[in-house]
Amino acid sequence: MNWSWSFAVEILPDLLEHFLKYTLVATVLGTAVAAVLGLVFAMIRFVRIPVLAQATTAFIEFVRSTPLLIQLFFLFYALPGMGLTLSPMFVGVLGLGVHYACYMADVYRSGIDAVPKGQWEASVALQLPPRTTWQRVVLPQAVRNVLPALGNYAIAMFKETPFLAFITVPELLHTARDIGGDTFRYLEPFTMAGLVFLAASYPTALLLRRLEGRLAAY
Amino acid sequence: MDGPPGLIDWIPNLLRGLGNTMLVTVLATILMVVLAVILGLMARSRRMPVRGVARVVIEFFRGTSLPIQLLWFYFALPMVGFQLNAIFAGVLAFGLNYGAYGAEVVRGAINAVPRPQWEAATALNLSSWQRMTRVVWPQAIPLMIPAMNNLFIQLFKSTPLLFAITIIDVMQMGEAFRFAGGNSTAMYLLLMVVYFVIAYAVTFLMNLAEAAAKKRLGQHEGVRSMFRTRKPVPQEVTP
Repeated sequence: MNWSWSFAVEILPDLLEHFLKYTLVATVLGTAVAAVLGLVFAMIRFVRIPVLAQATTAFIEFVRSTPLLIQLFFLFYALPGMGLTLSPMFVGVLGLGVHYACYMADVYRSGIDAVPKGQWEASVALQLPPRTTWQRVVLPQAVRNVLPALGNYAIAMFKETPFLAFITVPELLHTARDIGGDTFRYLEPFTMAGLVFLAASYPTALLLRRLEGRLAAY
Repeated sequence: MDGPPGLIDWIPNLLRGLGNTMLVTVLATILMVVLAVILGLMARSRRMPVRGVARVVIEFFRGTSLPIQLLWFYFALPMVGFQLNAIFAGVLAFGLNYGAYGAEVVRGAINAVPRPQWEAATALNLSSWQRMTRVVWPQAIPLMIPAMNNLFIQLFKSTPLLFAITIIDVMQMGEAFRFAGGNSTAMYLLLMVVYFVIAYAVTFLMNLAEAAAKKRLGQHEGVRSMFRTRKPVPQEVTP
């Protein structure tokens, strides 16, 4: 069997539709969860809340050293046994979000560490309440430092969204597999799926590199 | 079979699955390191075509998601007449994908060896082969070990994907346990613990390797460094 352009073009709209509706949505929501939760983890560890800080560190180490796929299966197949049934997409966003939050926590921490000590001292001297110190002084500087690193993890997460196919989310890879199963042609669907990923991730990585250059220039 | 299987009864099955998981992990890691060195050196070649080929290969395998590559090698390649054995398809997909990431690590580490070291090697009239093997590489290797370790762990953590290409790996065995009516919560937790323990063992070994490589350079590290945990760095942006 040879490559058929007409078949490749015919299936493209279907692939793109599922790519937009599931792959991209899961990436955006997963990144949002990871960015917020990662910041929460980092702050818990930074202000050293007793017990909670140690528990967070242990949790982060564990999640980072175990496969995403098994974490997703745990959420999808084991939680219903404990009386908690979640939709596949919800599990996907939650799984990706928590997994990457554990990576982002470290990124935030290095960003917070990089804020000069004088900034903290100035906040104390100005009698700023802790909340204002974090919101108006520390975090704006910390987040700008780590924006490129966070972007990298967002791209890494994007490339791991096909894992969601295995918990029945009808994203790009799942759709390609379905088309292959229906037509007994796997070559075009999988090739097109890979190319769609390349077409989306490569320009984003280039943009990010430029953003990093710009932020570094300040 | 009477009743759902217990976790203990399933251990021999899991060990059998783990054998396949480790087989693919070890072979893919070897392929990954070889490719990383070749592509990494090519990517800093002075010849444009050589550099161009390396860049295209690196960006292609980094840009097209790993699960898609894996299924492509196993399901799509037979359509053009290459039927790959499942283990081989797994080794190829993991090796190529992480080899592309590893190439950037190798390139970055070699570039990080200070310029005067290169110049001194030239001044001492060393051949370019001697310069690389006696001066540059011994200093580049300790620099690349932490980032390489991250990639080794990431590769290992991706291996549950093998169940999708019909390999009887540890994940497949875990799934069989669930289908047989076993307690899936306990099984998934056990699988995570297995991965966690092996990932930590690998990190420990790589810390040893890093200390040994630094010792050759006269930099001694304390015993504490052995028990350092990983400091992940995002792999996307090139150094």
